[in-house]
Amino acid sequence: MTVTNEDPILQIKDVHCKFGNFEALKGINAQLEKNEVVVVCGPSGSGKSTLIRTLNRLESISAGQILFEGRDIYEKGMSVETLRTKIGMVFQSFNLFPHLSARDNVALGLIRVLHRPKKEAEQTASELLASVGLGDELHKKPMELSGGQQQRVSICRAVALEPTVMLFDEPTSALDPEMVGEVLSLMKTLAGRGMTMLCVTHEMGFAKEVADSIWFMADGQMVDRAPVSDFFSGDISDRAKSFLKAIH
Amino acid sequence: MTLDYSAILEDRYFDYLVSGAITTFSLALAAWVAAIILGLLIAAVRNIDFLPTRWFCIVFVDYHRSVPLLVQLFVWYFALPELLPQAFTQSINRGNPEVFFAWVSLTLYSASYMSEDIRSGLRAIPPGQFEAARTIGMNYAKMMRWVIFPQAWRLSLPPLVNQALILFKGTSLASAIGVAELSYQARSIETQTFRAFEAFSLVTLIYMVGTIMIMFFGDRLVARYALKRG
Repeated sequence: MTVTNEDPILQIKDVHCKFGNFEALKGINAQLEKNEVVVVCGPSGSGKSTLIRTLNRLESISAGQILFEGRDIYEKGMSVETLRTKIGMVFQSFNLFPHLSARDNVALGLIRVLHRPKKEAEQTASELLASVGLGDELHKKPMELSGGQQQRVSICRAVALEPTVMLFDEPTSALDPEMVGEVLSLMKTLAGRGMTMLCVTHEMGFAKEVADSIWFMADGQMVDRAPVSDFFSGDISDRAKSFLKAIH
Repeated sequence: MTLDYSAILEDRYFDYLVSGAITTFSLALAAWVAAIILGLLIAAVRNIDFLPTRWFCIVFVDYHRSVPLLVQLFVWYFALPELLPQAFTQSINRGNPEVFFAWVSLTLYSASYMSEDIRSGLRAIPPGQFEAARTIGMNYAKMMRWVIFPQAWRLSLPPLVNQALILFKGTSLASAIGVAELSYQARSIETQTFRAFEAFSLVTLIYMVGTIMIMFFGDRLVARYALKRG
């Protein structure tokens, strides 16, 4: 784990989240340091997605506190729009805007949210897409791209806003197997550049190679938080052990 | 009796037809433009989470959907002027109150249906699109303007074309309050010449020119802006 003297980028304090009578998160405590890469894993329904969706306020919490760069994300005067430009998010099903080209998907936030001049934003978007190997697909609509290409575009759309943290919600789960690699290698590149990342994924190979720590969740609780070496050497709860056995 | 179109195409009756057609087409166009704007407004307001405005929209839309257009025309033309301020009624009567109230009723009636067409387009947008727009930092207005609406209007287009057709033909009901539009003029020609078939077949043809134009341009728009999803 990267050791710094700075405040953690995200602090999650006793966070609860309820959907009606169902409690999806039952008091989560965790923190994410600058430059840290964390993989969140656990059985389906354990609250992994809900947890990362609370961090940019796509889901509201019912109790507890979330601090982003030391500030409560629900604090008065904290603009949720600004918060979201600083916390990039990538979805399982890409959610690209189907009426816009790959380049315009990436440029949209720069133009309409960060108010960059159109020409400059399009230039930035084109360069970003070219850097992930999509220089020839700039003007294609999402449906003309493969799943792996779409997911790379959606990562660019988030990265373009130069966020402080990137959240990944099962970014490879909807992909055909042969396309998983291209997305993971892009995520690896991002991590290599020092991007702080929180990834919900079942790609344990990626976790071993890239992550600093693993968060293991079950039934809305944080069961294990361990440096990646400890996690895979078996210094973990029985619950996590049986999960690892099941997915291998 | 043999068919004789020349009898109804002589100067006077030809003028009837031309002025009727002009009234029909301009009434339909004016009501369509106003209805689209009002329909968008109703759909947007209805989506806002505030009970009084939401209920207003629901009552407004359901009234216009549950009462026959002919009755609505009567209400506007015969009944409501009694309740409106006299100065207002007088200023309308100086112009052409029949056309004015026909325009009002057609606009409100079509706007109600169009707002539902627009709303069904909005509902068809997957939640992921709203989330993705939020995630890049857009507020409600930007999300609707740049992400949701550009997709939704394409989905609403086919029912909106349908509604334009219904509106165009609905102008014929305005003859019941004395608007001298196409079907009113056909009746006049028929009562004056007794050439019913000639008069109504010609008017049918003129209506069909209008509807076929709407269908043609509607289809072109739908084809051009069809939204393809991956």
